[in-house]
Amino acid sequence: MLTLKLKLIIKKYLKMKKLNTLKSIKLLAILFVSTIVMTSCSDDHDHDHDHEGELITTVSYTLTNGNDVVTLTFQDTDGDGPNLPTTTISGPLTANTTYTGLVQLLNETTSPAENITNEVQQEGDEHEFFYVSTVSGLTITKTDTDGNGNPLGIATSLSTGTAGSGSITVILKHEPTKPNNGTAAGAGGSTDVEVTFNVTVQ
Amino acid sequence: MQKLLIFCAFLLCFYNTKAQNCTYSLKGKVTDFHDNTSIVGASIHIVNLNKFATSNFDGEFVFNNLCEGKLTIEIKHIACETKRIVFTLTKDTFKEISLEHHLEELKEVVVKTNTKTEVTSIEQSLKKEVITNFTDKSLGDALNTISGVSSLNTGNTIVKPMIHGLHSSRLLIINNNVRMFDQEWGDEHAPNIDINASDRIDVVKGANSLKYGSDAIGGLILIKPKKYAIKDSLFGSTITSLNSNGFGGSINSEIVKTYNSGWYSKLQANYRKFGDFRAPDYYLTNSGLENINTSFRIGFNSYEKGFDAYYSYVNNKLAILQSSHIGNVNDLVAAINSQTPRITDDFSYDINYPRQSIVHHLGKVEAYKRFKNFGKLSVQYDFQLNRRKEFDSRRGDLSNIPVIDLRLFTTSIQPDLQIDYLEDFRINTGLLVRYQQNDAVSGTGASPLIPDYDKYEAGIYAIVNYDLNESTEVNAGLRYDYSRIDARKRYSLSDWNDKNYDVLFPEFETGEIDGSRIVTRPTFTFNNISASLGISKRFNTDYAFLFNYGLAQRVPNPSELFSDGLHHSAARIETGLLTIGKETANKFVASLERTNENFGFSISPYYKNINNFIQLIPTGIRTTIRGAFPVWEYNQVNAQIFGVDIDINKKIANQFDYIGSLSLLQGDNLTDDIALIHMPSANFSNRIVYKNNEFHELKLSIHQRTVFQQNRFPDYNFTTFNPTTQQDVLVDISSTPPSYTLFGFNSSAVFYPLKKGSLQLEFNVDNLFNVAYRENLNRLRYFADELGRNVNLKIKINY
Repeated sequence: MLTLKLKLIIKKYLKMKKLNTLKSIKLLAILFVSTIVMTSCSDDHDHDHDHEGELITTVSYTLTNGNDVVTLTFQDTDGDGPNLPTTTISGPLTANTTYTGLVQLLNETTSPAENITNEVQQEGDEHEFFYVSTVSGLTITKTDTDGNGNPLGIATSLSTGTAGSGSITVILKHEPTKPNNGTAAGAGGSTDVEVTFNVTVQ
Repeated sequence: MQKLLIFCAFLLCFYNTKAQNCTYSLKGKVTDFHDNTSIVGASIHIVNLNKFATSNFDGEFVFNNLCEGKLTIEIKHIACETKRIVFTLTKDTFKEISLEHHLEELKEVVVKTNTKTEVTSIEQSLKKEVITNFTDKSLGDALNTISGVSSLNTGNTIVKPMIHGLHSSRLLIINNNVRMFDQEWGDEHAPNIDINASDRIDVVKGANSLKYGSDAIGGLILIKPKKYAIKDSLFGSTITSLNSNGFGGSINSEIVKTYNSGWYSKLQANYRKFGDFRAPDYYLTNSGLENINTSFRIGFNSYEKGFDAYYSYVNNKLAILQSSHIGNVNDLVAAINSQTPRITDDFSYDINYPRQSIVHHLGKVEAYKRFKNFGKLSVQYDFQLNRRKEFDSRRGDLSNIPVIDLRLFTTSIQPDLQIDYLEDFRINTGLLVRYQQNDAVSGTGASPLIPDYDKYEAGIYAIVNYDLNESTEVNAGLRYDYSRIDARKRYSLSDWNDKNYDVLFPEFETGEIDGSRIVTRPTFTFNNISASLGISKRFNTDYAFLFNYGLAQRVPNPSELFSDGLHHSAARIETGLLTIGKETANKFVASLERTNENFGFSISPYYKNINNFIQLIPTGIRTTIRGAFPVWEYNQVNAQIFGVDIDINKKIANQFDYIGSLSLLQGDNLTDDIALIHMPSANFSNRIVYKNNEFHELKLSIHQRTVFQQNRFPDYNFTTFNPTTQQDVLVDISSTPPSYTLFGFNSSAVFYPLKKGSLQLEFNVDNLFNVAYRENLNRLRYFADELGRNVNLKIKINY
């Protein structure tokens, strides 16, 4: 808008083809005033309250076998902020058991909490979960697929072996190579989630 | 002015030399090639006799009492190409000489004049000819050819100029006398300038910068338009540039109309498009760009009064290497350890994510009036509007919504007074009032990197210039600046309390708490004093010694105070601190120069001591849901930077010239007794030029540039746990890439297929041997090699 004004004023000046300093000072004054008017029009401050649309605050991995339900939860409500995340493990896993696993991603800074898992599901061809475990005998296989028939990993099947302990790491990759060799490193892409839980099998 | 020239002409016309038995006269008339009008004030120099004359009001000149023999005559005029004619005088002769006007605008600055900003200033310049070579590149690329100037790059299209290792807010970039405000604080924010709109770029390394601001700790870059000759004329040019690397190029056209009355106008437009660039071994997926720039200028020019109005529009769409978007520090380790980027697709013109889309408007009106027996008063009003949108790879519907959307509006008014009626004593004084507003545009779905703020600035300066004697000049200046920044920012409560802000800055709290976030109004006021001193001493005809001292103070920029968040391309969390104060620099620069075509040089050592130098360094690791991230925080240390820039030019044979330069620099963090981060390493370049003016102005040149490995760097490496491999791994973010040497070839020839105008053809090759290398000052050096060979063809038509 301002530039339009500027051009108009210049055009006027072209017509006049006469210049004196007084006029140019007037011109400056007009421009200055118009700028102030323009800026004060757009003075709609305090919209610095965008919700973090992409933020994931919570990763929960629920393992179910009948009444045996174990939930692993990783929560970091301040996002990139300095507060340390908290990890909650509801209890130990049972040895030699097969669990149905379901991962859920939430943004709990909004109310009600936003379920990010749905977005990942919708863009299944651009995402993939990877599971890494150091517990001996424990295996996790992906039981769901994306639209192209490649593994997705929201739903899994977890089988425990003998008693022991170690960690389970859940990784979500954005834009990985699909299909891939089944490892997070081989899939490339960029990491959206990488959380580790220390678990016991007994 | 004209009267003076006519007076000179008469004086010279009747100037008789004492030649014996020599009675011939040479009369002549200098006219414009285009419209046959006479050219007033052209200088006519008989080179072998060292006699001068100036053309009078009718374009006529006369030499009397000449001897029989061969004469070499050089005819010069301010806006024309210098003409040389050789003939044998055997009788009284009349010669009509026509000069090609406009050439100064169209081709190169033909008339060599010392047009420094100040005689005492230590500076280097890029002329139109060099600028034209960079028609399809950026300001930073063009300035990189100057010794002591390097650049901080993000990929190959985002190029930030660096003077003596300092960049961003420590450099003032003055575009058409307007200080650029385009969110220059960010490392990945390149100046939004179309170099095609400029005629000349000066890099002021010394202290002569007070007129423009108090904070030129690194230096000053002055981008200047052309002054047009007062005459009726219409001319233009079009440059087309085509490149093999990126399969793209640019087209730039400009047209200029000038009038006898002093009016002038110029319209210029430029379009640039490139697809994915190629490193020697792979395509750099998502590295293209698309620019549309245009500028318009109109003005009136006379000795007594005049005005100039300028508007420019720059629209940059820049792709950022897709492989550089990473999720966490383990992805960074994977990138550092991998020889090739994770995505190397086939060539494409697509600009995907991540990318930047920036629009910059700049407008100004300047008017001046000269007062008899006093000086010149000028007033300038300017405004700038910068809209920066950064798009990142995001989930769901968010991909088409920018992650960062900032609108920065700046406006200022500056009266300036030059009192120059005293012969050897000049005063330049002025005022500045500036208002700036940043608007973090809502709707990004992310917390803004830079919050909303209003900034008010006022400054006053006075600079005196005194000619001590014929050869010595002294320049001294003082400046005071007031600035106030009034911001509105929501901090995460945990962050606010963690940084102890609740104790340090309770006055910023508004009392409003929105969930986990606290609403604050940080307000800061700064007072700055800056000063400069320059001395120049000339010896013989071509030697000069210059010394500059400068005291500069810089207030922390909004990024240093407020930035807060995750930077994906660097896989780091960057946080500004409200406790950052201003930095103060004492700079000393000296220069010994010899200006001579046969053998010239400039040796320029410098030393800068910077107190409370603000730097961004890694301070720890933070675990988030994405994994681990290094946290980079701004802190302040005492620093020193010193070095030397050397330039040499030597005529090695009749048509061969040698040009060489060397830059050495060392930066120290005195507080921690380690090297400063991101300092340019030693580098040198050599160029051999062959010129044949008789054959189509043929020019061939070969150049070499070597950049050594930076061996002095601070070690900010750290280790992180990789859950996939269950191991601690070293994140080597500090080690620097090895030395490299690049060769290039340039050639150009000029043809005159029509009576009027000219056609210039250029053929250039960059990175002749297709060397794969990485540059320490490229923020994407962890991810990919620099560009491979590029073959370039330029066609320039003057009309």
